Amino acid sequence: MAYPYKKMTSEDFDYIRSVTASDRVWVGDEIAKEYYRDEMPEYGVFPPELYVEVLNKEEISAIMAYAYKENIPVVCRGAGTGLAGGATCKYGGIMLSVMRMNKIFPIDRKNQTITAEPGALLIDIQAAAAAGGLFYPPDPGEKTASIGGNVITNAGGMKAVRYGLTRDFVRCIEAVMPDGSIMNFSSNVVKNTTGYDVKDLVIGSEGTLCILTQVTLKLLPAPTCTCTLVMPFRSLEECADMVPKVLELPFVPTAIEFLERELIDIVERNLNKMFPVKQGEAVLIVMYDASSKQELDNAVEAAAEAALANGALDCCIAGTPERAGAVWSVRGGILEGMKADSVAQEECDVVVPRARIAEYVKAAKKIASAHGIRVEPCGHCGDGNIHTEMLRGPEMSDQEWKEATHASLVELYALSKELGGQLSGEHGIGNGRLEFLEEFAGPRMIALYKAIKLAFDDKLILNPGKVIEYNK
Amino acid sequence: MKIVVCMKQVPATSKVDIDPETGAMKRMSGETRTNPYDLFALETALAIREKTGGTVTVLTMGPPQAEEMIRDAYTMGADEGVILSDRKFAGADVLATSYALAQGIQVIGGADLIICGRQTTDGDTAQVGPAIAEHLTIPHAAWVAEIMDVNEKSIQVRQDLVSISQVSEIPYPCLLTIDKDTCVPRLPSYLLKKATADRPVRILSFEDMPDQDLSRYGLIGSPTSVEKMFAPEESEKQVYLEGTAKEKADKLVALLTGKKII
Repeated sequence: MAYPYKKMTSEDFDYIRSVTASDRVWVGDEIAKEYYRDEMPEYGVFPPELYVEVLNKEEISAIMAYAYKENIPVVCRGAGTGLAGGATCKYGGIMLSVMRMNKIFPIDRKNQTITAEPGALLIDIQAAAAAGGLFYPPDPGEKTASIGGNVITNAGGMKAVRYGLTRDFVRCIEAVMPDGSIMNFSSNVVKNTTGYDVKDLVIGSEGTLCILTQVTLKLLPAPTCTCTLVMPFRSLEECADMVPKVLELPFVPTAIEFLERELIDIVERNLNKMFPVKQGEAVLIVMYDASSKQELDNAVEAAAEAALANGALDCCIAGTPERAGAVWSVRGGILEGMKADSVAQEECDVVVPRARIAEYVKAAKKIASAHGIRVEPCGHCGDGNIHTEMLRGPEMSDQEWKEATHASLVELYALSKELGGQLSGEHGIGNGRLEFLEEFAGPRMIALYKAIKLAFDDKLILNPGKVIEYNK
Repeated sequence: MKIVVCMKQVPATSKVDIDPETGAMKRMSGETRTNPYDLFALETALAIREKTGGTVTVLTMGPPQAEEMIRDAYTMGADEGVILSDRKFAGADVLATSYALAQGIQVIGGADLIICGRQTTDGDTAQVGPAIAEHLTIPHAAWVAEIMDVNEKSIQVRQDLVSISQVSEIPYPCLLTIDKDTCVPRLPSYLLKKATADRPVRILSFEDMPDQDLSRYGLIGSPTSVEKMFAPEESEKQVYLEGTAKEKADKLVALLTGKKII
């Protein structure tokens, strides 16, 4: 095995400078602290030995070939907006930023696709598609994420109910392997049964298998009209019970989210973003896209009637961009609001079958409060992905917080498994959920994961200590 | 307490092209929406009604299609809707529009409190509200940023003016124009939509106005004449400099030197 890795020397630094440029390489204390961690410092703060900003695949290939030969770990970094402690140098070594590789190529109209380098921002990809009258649907909350990060973590987000995940929009990938070779996984074709589907394996691999250098994404015709409904309920349970009723309707919603009043209050109090619906202890937010006004009106009416028939206090209609904006800006402010309202946060990102959301939410609240933790479940109930946010109050000591969250997570993951769910719906394993994966997946699955890792990265130099851990 | 909210239906987009030949505005589509500023006025009125009781009447001047906007206001909680609709009102400027609305308010029995949006997205004058108050000879406060207190006799408001904030207590009857983003307008309710589906919308024409002097209304009553309309030349431009920090700095220096700024 590769451990321990080589401690980098000045010769190593010089070599990296020689294949890139000295004004794009930083070492030791010159490296900005933000590159020690992602959005969740709770999941590890690790200084890289060298930080380099690359410009093209040839530079990446040269760096990887050298790192492979010298046994130096390499972590690829996008915008650093991950929530699993994934893009961090757990074992030191090289942090390789692809953020300068941010070209977006013109839309390929014949294939209805767009090709971009990994450092292009999601928001710019969406804008480029929209400028061409087309639509790139995956919409995780974080719009300043890089497209490479979105692909390598298989980002989900709110619109997964109707459109699916990032994986569903990736046509092909160009990547550099740990030994420096450059590979293409699939090509710009609609179907492909040529050998194993390596492209789909690479998507969501959290930077442990290869480094993306270019991705080609499928685009859709843009919907012409859209409407967001807010259904207030007396309780979160009633709200969760409404989800299957919405899914039973003959209209496919684009997004279904729920929010408890307490969470809305947190956003209003800390970010001064006011929610336009005052009724209800919990609200279900349902969004529909359509290609005609008639189709949209039919969906809205059916959903509103179903809501009233199932105990909703009303159904509020946000049919204009301003009105929908007021709803979604509060939903989008949750993470920021919670950060402002607590000393620290821990998050459980389980996904459960949609019919069992209510059961999960009820039990999750009991579990967390039994361990003395304030908990705010929210999230994408249209796809069963419930973000169970645990918030640390100022009264808890470090030790108490650590023990209480760990104990809660163990029980929450067991609960998810019992309900037929999975450990992580969209944030990934990274470093933060690593300790829980083995128990959840079981030894045979872990052996399979390890074999896959070795097939790509036999020296274990790419993002080591994430998703799976050899160093035990 | 009787509250009247003056609202307007405007083109759905604020982007309009000017026909260079005729100088007339070319509306890009027939789609309309409620003037977004007026939603803050309506929300303010509904919130005051929740405290003091009373009724909220929405008043507008426009074609019969404005009923769509009134129905939207019903779904937010307005009690009554009135449209001043007559070809004789067409082509009105600030003076004639505010006069017709002031007349309309008298027809419906006056109001304790009249609330307008700060301005419209198509006219942009922000003058109609204060002009209505002048026609009715009642006090007004424009660009109100906050309702600080309200009771049966008077209302206390804060205006954020250019260099000062002013707090005033105004007895009824009075008129306010509400600044944008002072509140979050509530969303239309499906329950109210169903409950108000058959609620009538009152249409008033020239014949209903107390002042039958035609020269006060519409194009004839409008001393403003528009000589020419044109899209202003862009005064600000964005330039993106690309490259490394050094390249970008060099380009910036070249750009500023070229314009003789440095």
